[in-house]
Amino acid sequence: MNIEKVVFAFFIILALTLNFGFFYGDVGNPDHHNVYELYAAIVVSLIATILKFGDRTHIGAVLLATSLVADIQLIIAAVLWSVATNISEGGMTEAYMASIVSLSGGALLANVVSVVLLVTETIMARR
Amino acid sequence: MPSVLFLLLRRMRLPLIILICVYAISILGLVLIPGQDDQGNPWSMDFFHAFYFVSYMGSTIGFGEIPYPFTDAQRLWTTFIIYVTVIAWLYSIGSLLTILQDPAFRKVMRQSRFERSVKRLREPFYLICGYGDTGSLLVRSLTNRGLRVVVIDLKMDHIETLSLEDLQMQVPGLCADAADPEILRVSGLTHRRCAGLVAITDDDSVNLNIALAGKLLAPRVPVICNAEHRETASNMASFGTDFIINPFETFAGLLKLSIESPHIYTLYEWLTNPRIGPIPDPVRPPRGTWVLCGYGRFGKAVSDSLRSVNIKPKIIELLPDTTSAPTDTIKGKGTEASTLLRAGVEIADAIIAGTDNDADNLSILMTARELNRNLFIVSRQSHRRTAPLFHAARPHLIIQPARVVARKVLALIQNPLLADFLQHMREQDDAWARHLIKEMWLLAGDRDVDTWTVRINKYEAPAVYNRLVQGQAVKIAYLLRDPYRRDERMPGLAMMLKRDDIVRLEPEGELELNINDELLIGGLLKTRETMDWILSNVKVLEYVVTGEALPDNLIRRWISRRYSAH
Repeated sequence: MNIEKVVFAFFIILALTLNFGFFYGDVGNPDHHNVYELYAAIVVSLIATILKFGDRTHIGAVLLATSLVADIQLIIAAVLWSVATNISEGGMTEAYMASIVSLSGGALLANVVSVVLLVTETIMARR
Repeated sequence: MPSVLFLLLRRMRLPLIILICVYAISILGLVLIPGQDDQGNPWSMDFFHAFYFVSYMGSTIGFGEIPYPFTDAQRLWTTFIIYVTVIAWLYSIGSLLTILQDPAFRKVMRQSRFERSVKRLREPFYLICGYGDTGSLLVRSLTNRGLRVVVIDLKMDHIETLSLEDLQMQVPGLCADAADPEILRVSGLTHRRCAGLVAITDDDSVNLNIALAGKLLAPRVPVICNAEHRETASNMASFGTDFIINPFETFAGLLKLSIESPHIYTLYEWLTNPRIGPIPDPVRPPRGTWVLCGYGRFGKAVSDSLRSVNIKPKIIELLPDTTSAPTDTIKGKGTEASTLLRAGVEIADAIIAGTDNDADNLSILMTARELNRNLFIVSRQSHRRTAPLFHAARPHLIIQPARVVARKVLALIQNPLLADFLQHMREQDDAWARHLIKEMWLLAGDRDVDTWTVRINKYEAPAVYNRLVQGQAVKIAYLLRDPYRRDERMPGLAMMLKRDDIVRLEPEGELELNINDELLIGGLLKTRETMDWILSNVKVLEYVVTGEALPDNLIRRWISRRYSAH
């Protein structure tokens, strides 16, 4: 048992679960997607990225890359949300919502890869 | 070698996580706390505005309360988060500065910058270990001749001197222990373009380690080594170090050469001079009786070589017993008149001030000159900074071990053909050298003379190559004709021809060139430029060979060829 490893795995899996929670639901329907959940997903994803800094193994490098992909996708989704609610004249439309959710879907894939890698590494270490 | 960026990021992990958490909590608080718009309706901030507000507040820019004035609840929260964000920022920036100032981190940064500049080298370069007196002389001469150099030295102040030096091209320098093979590797020993490894640190065992690493890690790279002890030299030779230079024995050999054949010595001096200059006046050390002050490693080497030309020097040594000096050695330093007189300086022909202390050597030469005006004075100079003093004291011959080594290394690497020439020159008699010097003098006078190599191949002499491939002959003399008036000769001399590893000194002008011949030419710098023109321009070559101007364009050339064929 190592507290550092617990924290590491906690944040990586939390990033995935929050991301999934936001993604789950009807693609174009704003009622199915909570802004707080997106916010939490971004914050956790950023923290997970920083935790991955400095691991020099090959798997560490791929883990960092998946996190960076998730960050970029989620931040673009958040920017799109701000544009929809504050700048665009029509407000939050179904089209905007669909774009935001599909971007977060991309981030979800990256997070899935990240968790798969984490699990693989754990199993390899067991052996 | 970890990447600098990742090293920085890893050490910045905690400050960055704290910063993100503080931002996240601040933004969330602002979004959750209810506010009012300008009409008094309930309104709460969205994430976009909250992020904007925290961004300018945390960085203390402070645009005010937008889009609507805050309620008291919002102000309470803002008061709290102002302090938290500012502290988080200060902590992050403070940690960043601490890391950047950290000596270990700075070392990593310097090394990675050095490695990058070595990796980026695209031209052949020489790896020089040791940047003392010899190293700095060598680096200056090599860069002046347009050769790339990489330097490693153990002392930081040497590397700092290098970075302050006004050199013609950028020289990457690293402060590290060159005896470490990993350091040699990152400094470019295994680099595809590494043309030579030069070990000239002042420590023989370090030089030995460098030579060993060079031979094992990069067997194709020639290794040139400085060895002050005979045992080290033979050890280096045992595993195939290409060139081993002992400064004392090299000098002793030169002294012998200057006594036996002063003109060959003059040629050597001229050809190995790091600066391009006129041919020096010959020095003529007398045979007669010699007095030698100091019987250390230097004194022993000199004494041996003097004995080999039948001169038995009178030796003055402070510690005759520990240095195992001959029994008739006079005990003393040689700096005082009484010792010198006991050695018979007033009837001697020459004196060598060969102690390892520059001040003592200066004192010896001044005292000796007082006692005997006609003495031929040779002095050893160990440090470069005493050069002005030696210059003012004007001995006939100054030996700087650093210079002796630098010259020899230069002769070996700046022009491979020159090394061959120097070797064969030693086997000639003095009259030959005298003749060569006279010939060069008639051509060049006291103007600056340089030597260079001409290779007859497709890339370096395309015009000549072309002509030879067509079966037409080119004589050596043609290369030295003036392309404006072909009856006149340019101030230059073919000093050596190398064909299939057979060397011919001073080849006759009537000799016809072959493909892959190598020529060593001595002459004015202007001659070198003009010769490059002859070698590469078909029309110019045609003119100097036949005296006819070649038709200008392709069609006229084709027509004239058709007509001449029929």
